[in-house]
Amino acid sequence: MDHQQRWPGESRYKGWFYLLPGLLIYLVFIFIPILETIRNSFYKWNGFSNTREFIQLDNYAKLVHDAQFLKALGNNFIFIIFYSLIPILIGLFLATLLGRKPIRGLTFFRTGLFLPQILSMVVVGVTWRWIFNPTFGLLNTGLRAVGLDNLTRAWLGDFQLALPSVGMVGTWVMYGFCMVLFLAGMQRIPEDQFEAAELDGANGFRQFFHITLPSLRAEMGVALITTVIAALRVFDLVYVTTRGGPGDSTLVTGFLVYRSAFQQNQLGYASAIATIMTVLILVISLLILRFQSRGEE
Amino acid sequence: MRGRYWKRAIPNYVVLSLFLLLVFIPIIGLVFSAFKTDAEVVKGPLTLPSQLRLDAFKEAWTTGRFNLFFRNSVVVTVVVVIASVFLSTLMGYAFALLPMPGKKVLYPLVLLGYMVPFEAVIIPLYHMMNRIDLVDTYWALILPQVGLSVSFGTLWMTSFFRTAPRELIDAAAIDGCNRWQALWRVLWPLARPAVLTLVVLVFMWTWNEFLLALVLVQKETMRTLPVGLAFFQGRYSANIPLMAAGSLIVAGPILLVYILFQRHFIRGMLGGAVKG
Repeated sequence: MDHQQRWPGESRYKGWFYLLPGLLIYLVFIFIPILETIRNSFYKWNGFSNTREFIQLDNYAKLVHDAQFLKALGNNFIFIIFYSLIPILIGLFLATLLGRKPIRGLTFFRTGLFLPQILSMVVVGVTWRWIFNPTFGLLNTGLRAVGLDNLTRAWLGDFQLALPSVGMVGTWVMYGFCMVLFLAGMQRIPEDQFEAAELDGANGFRQFFHITLPSLRAEMGVALITTVIAALRVFDLVYVTTRGGPGDSTLVTGFLVYRSAFQQNQLGYASAIATIMTVLILVISLLILRFQSRGEE
Repeated sequence: MRGRYWKRAIPNYVVLSLFLLLVFIPIIGLVFSAFKTDAEVVKGPLTLPSQLRLDAFKEAWTTGRFNLFFRNSVVVTVVVVIASVFLSTLMGYAFALLPMPGKKVLYPLVLLGYMVPFEAVIIPLYHMMNRIDLVDTYWALILPQVGLSVSFGTLWMTSFFRTAPRELIDAAAIDGCNRWQALWRVLWPLARPAVLTLVVLVFMWTWNEFLLALVLVQKETMRTLPVGLAFFQGRYSANIPLMAAGSLIVAGPILLVYILFQRHFIRGMLGGAVKG
């Protein structure tokens, strides 16, 4: 490219001077620690002693049968339903319902619906702990007010309900994001495509699968990447609402890394979990990106 | 014509309002609670407080030490935003427009940081900070956060500089600008919208960051707002007005910035994952 060519008298290493300061910080504080985490995952180490024992793949071999880790990983995948699947379905449903005609005042709705995205997850967690509070929380008070007393529960204290309850918070954070994303995408599809389909006698169902869905491919990619990654790396919310409890019912991999590393001093084990978590996130992101770019070709 | 629009649009508004209400009810409840007494909290979550009592805010601010947490958050966030945006601009400029061997290898290497979770780096970071004696300093929070932010920032600024009009750059060269001047005099003014988006995103990520501050800060007085709030909740979880007031102190600045720059937040977060 013309631009990237050197200007007269310019060093061919010019770019390096601009790159170096930022790159150095990135390498020292992000990239090298990633490599170190991977290396630590092959060791047994308590964090204090100077000697760490090289145990090859033992940490990983242990994880395959480790009930706690499998439970945590399973919970992350269940969170994908709440963080990803439900918000995307809500978003698609509403975008189809509303999207074809421009709506006045959309900015107002968009700003409001997007709001949970910008809040600290600690604030979100504190708010929802209050909502789930068994005695004076919004949820149980509301149920009692409409005469559904028998539906009131100790939401976050219940072994069966704690996980879906925390998951619902994820849905609350994500659905507005998906709605805004798909609504914006819908407004881009030319109206005459739908009109032509209507003339051909295609019903709403077929229009959805043949026009709407293929046109929203790029948006679908963004929605999937954002929400699936959020489900896989959830930490703050669990830390604030349940600390993984009751029992291990809301344990997730992010919290397990924190607990094993900084409360139980099993650094090799924690590093192996962190490595698996990272690889999982990278692989899933790359798969989604590939699916997305294939559609664009 | 007008009447027809509204007739068609009313069901749309009803559905949208319903979902908007679901977003707002928890937030409204939180705001109300912050001004209530304990007795009023028990009465009902969505009842109005009898008067605008600021006691909970005062208690959180002084006894709860939110004044310190607030200062810490502001210092860390301001430094991270300025450093990240400056360094990302240089890096994006280099990747997009400057001669540089090794570009093809380095670009994906830098982008990797955008996808990895902090869990992947937190254990070695903690030991490194201990070794070089930076635990309980602002540096422990600032440096890794800058490292992570330049990853996304480079992606963002590179894609901006790639679309910069080449005539302008050529004109700058003919006028005798060097590369540094071409960047700051010619391209930087054009980059303002992209830079502003980057500023609000980095601001939000840094302000809300939790794991890093939880692990790399042990002294209470060095805590940032989200970590302060989380510990606060461990101690006062039954004191709803106090918790609500604390939450509002944490959320306040980000809400303000969001209201002012909502377009930039939405554009950045919707666009972030597709560029690349």
